[in-house]
Amino acid sequence: MRIVEKSQLMSAPEIDRTLQRLAHEIVEKSGGTKNLALIGIVRRGVPLAQRIAQAMRGIDGVEVPVGVLDITLYRDDLSKVAPMAVLRSSDIPFGVDNMDLVLIDDVLYTGRTIRAAMNGLFDLGRPKRVSLCVLIDRGHREMPIEAQFIGRHVQTSDTEIIEVRLREIDKEERVVLVDRVE
Amino acid sequence: MSTNFRDLLALEPLTADELSFLLDQSKPFQEIQKHPLKKLATLRGKTVALAFFETSTRTRISFGTAASRLGADTMNLQAEASSLKKGETLLDTVFNLNAMKPDCLVMRHAASGATDYVARHLDIPVVNAGDGTHEHPSQGLLDALTIRDRLGTIKNLNVTILGDILHSRVARSNIHLLGKFGCKFTLCGPAIWVPRELEKIAPGTPIRCVYRMEEALEGADVIIMLRVQTERLDDPPLSSNDYVLLYQLNAERLQRASPNAIVLHPGPMNRGIEITPEVADGPQSCVLEQVTNGVAVRMAILYLLISGATETDTHPALEVKPKESANATD
Repeated sequence: MRIVEKSQLMSAPEIDRTLQRLAHEIVEKSGGTKNLALIGIVRRGVPLAQRIAQAMRGIDGVEVPVGVLDITLYRDDLSKVAPMAVLRSSDIPFGVDNMDLVLIDDVLYTGRTIRAAMNGLFDLGRPKRVSLCVLIDRGHREMPIEAQFIGRHVQTSDTEIIEVRLREIDKEERVVLVDRVE
Repeated sequence: MSTNFRDLLALEPLTADELSFLLDQSKPFQEIQKHPLKKLATLRGKTVALAFFETSTRTRISFGTAASRLGADTMNLQAEASSLKKGETLLDTVFNLNAMKPDCLVMRHAASGATDYVARHLDIPVVNAGDGTHEHPSQGLLDALTIRDRLGTIKNLNVTILGDILHSRVARSNIHLLGKFGCKFTLCGPAIWVPRELEKIAPGTPIRCVYRMEEALEGADVIIMLRVQTERLDDPPLSSNDYVLLYQLNAERLQRASPNAIVLHPGPMNRGIEITPEVADGPQSCVLEQVTNGVAVRMAILYLLISGATETDTHPALEVKPKESANATD
């Protein structure tokens, strides 16, 4: 099997503008940044959360705490995706009780990652509210889960893959639609 | 690098990369020990068989706690209550346990090599929880994790091991792990427990045997105490008083070690024999951190062996996956 790139969905400046908008939307809908914290889902949700927090600093002049959550231990498909099951560290350096948490991830697809992330969060305490922010919503949900803050909706077939490439991890910055070819 | 562990029988055959991988994978489980809710559902529906043909308190409870915090169930076999007393062979006992369909076997046995022997006859992962005087891999890993947390590294340290080294599987696992990271070893204790042949057990690792404790402690970064098996004090004929006089770790002797030196002890400690309470409870002692880290290390071991997790650099999209996970990050 090989990977073929079909099209570019977002360029670096588009990603940047989208994150700026998402930061504004989150602050607006949360009525400020009081008790607000962002939780980036490992891996690509983490740099996205850090960038949104940086954008919020420009809006409210406030430092919004950012946590890191690795959902591997909370997955429901442990044995089926063994090669992906290597653990990375979670780091949530603040109490989640009564917080207004926003989960941040790159792509929303089946919803299973978010289900797992919520299990992980509730092991840490009882947040007041949890909402979800994603750069791309590509449909095909298998869980009753929706995002409140969405960068872009993309229609996809389920053989296609959306790759969000970020400079912190991938040394390039763009979102591409790829397909698997036999 | 791709690492796939089927069993964990010994640290000797593992590379430095594989050992680092095991230590790194223990870190997320250290964090879980601090959560208000420590129970995961990761291994829900899996069963871990704990077969301790030799008595153990700490290690058995630690593996049992690790299994239950991962959501797995355990079956327990203890030597005193087992059919071994009634004449059943080791393999028959293990086959009977296996017929109850556990997903992993954690085993301790008084005979060196017993775990390897059993692992060759089973198709489920086997974890060695101590076999005779051979190895105690999970102890070696939790010691290394404790050292790395305290000193920031496990590379190129001067490690002094004190006590009955000849009969110690803990010492062997420590040497085989830390030796791969450039640590130098000084072994010290009564001569009959520290034979010169021990200098050759890990080719490539500098090991020296010394018989004066003051010399052994000079410049040590890590001091690993072993339990004096008081039942063995008749052989050699050595009174507890003599042992205390010659080999007890007290505050005054500890000053010969490097100022940041740490003291480890796999337990159970004989306070007042190999170690004074002052040192055991002092700021350089890591004994309780070792116990806490033991649960994390054993969670990582069970998780890796039962889930079959591997480290891979392959493009995630090229992995064969069920439909629901076709997207790399969802």
